[in-house]
Amino acid sequence: MLDQTDGYTTADGRKIGGVVMEMKNITLRFGGVTAIEDISFDIREGEIRAIIGPNGAGKSSMLNVVSGFYIPQEGEVWFRGSPRPPMRPFEVARQGIARTFQNIALFEGMTVLDNVMTGRLTHMNTGVIAQALWKGKAEAEETANREIAEKVIDFLEIQHIRKTPVARLPYGLKKRVELARALAAEPKLLLLDEPMAGMNVEEKEDMCRFILDVNDEFGTTIALIEHDMGVVMDLSDRVVVMDYGKKIGDGTPDEVRANQQVIDAYLGVSHD
Amino acid sequence: MPDQLLYAMEVTLNGLMAGVLYALVALGFVLIFKASGIFNFAQGVMALFAAATLVGIMDGQVPFSHLINAILGTKVHHFGWHIPAIAGILMAIVVMVFLAWAVQYFVMRHLVNQEPIILFMATIGLAYFLEGFSDLMWGSEIKKLDVGLPQGINIWIDETTYGWFGYGFFIDNLDIVATIIAALLVVALVAFSQYTKQGRAMRAVADDHQAALSVGISLNFIWVLVWSLAGFVALVAGIVWGTKSGVQFSLSLIALKALPVLMLGGFTSIPGAIIGGLIIGVGEKLFEFAIGPLVGGATENWFAYVLALIFLVFRPQGLFGEKIIERV
Repeated sequence: MLDQTDGYTTADGRKIGGVVMEMKNITLRFGGVTAIEDISFDIREGEIRAIIGPNGAGKSSMLNVVSGFYIPQEGEVWFRGSPRPPMRPFEVARQGIARTFQNIALFEGMTVLDNVMTGRLTHMNTGVIAQALWKGKAEAEETANREIAEKVIDFLEIQHIRKTPVARLPYGLKKRVELARALAAEPKLLLLDEPMAGMNVEEKEDMCRFILDVNDEFGTTIALIEHDMGVVMDLSDRVVVMDYGKKIGDGTPDEVRANQQVIDAYLGVSHD
Repeated sequence: MPDQLLYAMEVTLNGLMAGVLYALVALGFVLIFKASGIFNFAQGVMALFAAATLVGIMDGQVPFSHLINAILGTKVHHFGWHIPAIAGILMAIVVMVFLAWAVQYFVMRHLVNQEPIILFMATIGLAYFLEGFSDLMWGSEIKKLDVGLPQGINIWIDETTYGWFGYGFFIDNLDIVATIIAALLVVALVAFSQYTKQGRAMRAVADDHQAALSVGISLNFIWVLVWSLAGFVALVAGIVWGTKSGVQFSLSLIALKALPVLMLGGFTSIPGAIIGGLIIGVGEKLFEFAIGPLVGGATENWFAYVLALIFLVFRPQGLFGEKIIERV
């Protein structure tokens, strides 16, 4: 069913492309604690890939490895067909990997528009002198980037708070602004760390819809972490299941649901 | 018009001019504080170092000449050339950028994620190091700095006001130039931080390190940039103050005058630094004029600090600082 080079077609008929990112035998330790143990999986162009697992399974650590915040002790990260040398997070971001954070990391003192514009930083090349003088190329660049930022703002339906400082916004909207900032970078891979955490049912439904729309409209490849099983199963094309730092399942939602190890992990069978 | 009123007007004008000079120093503090949350105690010494470097370069002084002579037994002191002011200033800017890089590379880089008080202590250390380094590099004698800024009484204002009121105002040309420089500097800095990519990145770094990394901002680069800007502002302040009162150790003490300015204006506001400087400049001159004779004078030494204390009690965030709100 899974063709290694050409991808596959989802149940709802979307074409999924080749491998964008591949994690090969990743092991991550903090001192004596092994947070991730020998995990491999891939993320394909255009798909929504979920990493799920109970609390403390190592999902967030995994996402931090992908985004460069942690460097694994063993294993290789392959991005777009070549192995990635150890990189700092800002270099990873410049490669086209954008992310959101579980605990929201926005620039609280800046407006929503300014926050979204910071997502465009990696696409701006004009030098500081030209920028300061506000001439020709710099101006054209600013306008072009502004257009993309505004488009994202429209898309995520946050036009009414464009000029509001982020610190004043309620939690659910902050989450959406963070998504907007990541999306403004036009990422080749979008990482979402628990996008639904702490939201009420209505906000969760909104966020689900936005994630599906983003994937549909822009064809963005998305990898997300979630521990709410129900949400993940509706949303994602393929799911990696982690428990105690190990991979215990990988496949379509239906496959994962039928996996005995996954059922045990979620229902709490004792580990011996 | 009564003489007293005219005299008060002249005092006010001179106070405004002095205020601009205070604001120039305060600006350097605000810049670093806004972008990195560090209160840079070394700002005053940086102004001294910048001014000493400029004089040294323009006069063709051999850097570290005392050290070289002591070790090698030579008697070098000057290269024997003179460099024009513009070229000297450009070279001094290069030195200040290099200093910014060195501060980031040798000190601040190792203190990422430390408490603000630790960073503050580091800048105190930096201040003392730089003070000694400046003496070692350029010597500790009082030096004259002349980059061609006009000095002395402005004849035009003197004559015009004499024509109007029968009393000529004494305004120093240097103060007028300093005001123009400060205005240009502020416009440039505000434009930089609000409208450029690097300015936006700078504000982002000040706000949240992790988020800044995730949108592809290099923290190291931004911090070098911030320290370079502070070095540049220090150079400008050093030129104006150095021209006014000579390049000497007391130049580094103007930093202390910037403290009350910051408490008034707020540590995070560029306009605040300007307005704070003006209020203190005018306030201390008028206070000396009105109250000074009653208490035996010398009120200029303490007026600013008392005003700052009052502000600390009633409005700790300053006039323009970000409001301190604690969410419960």
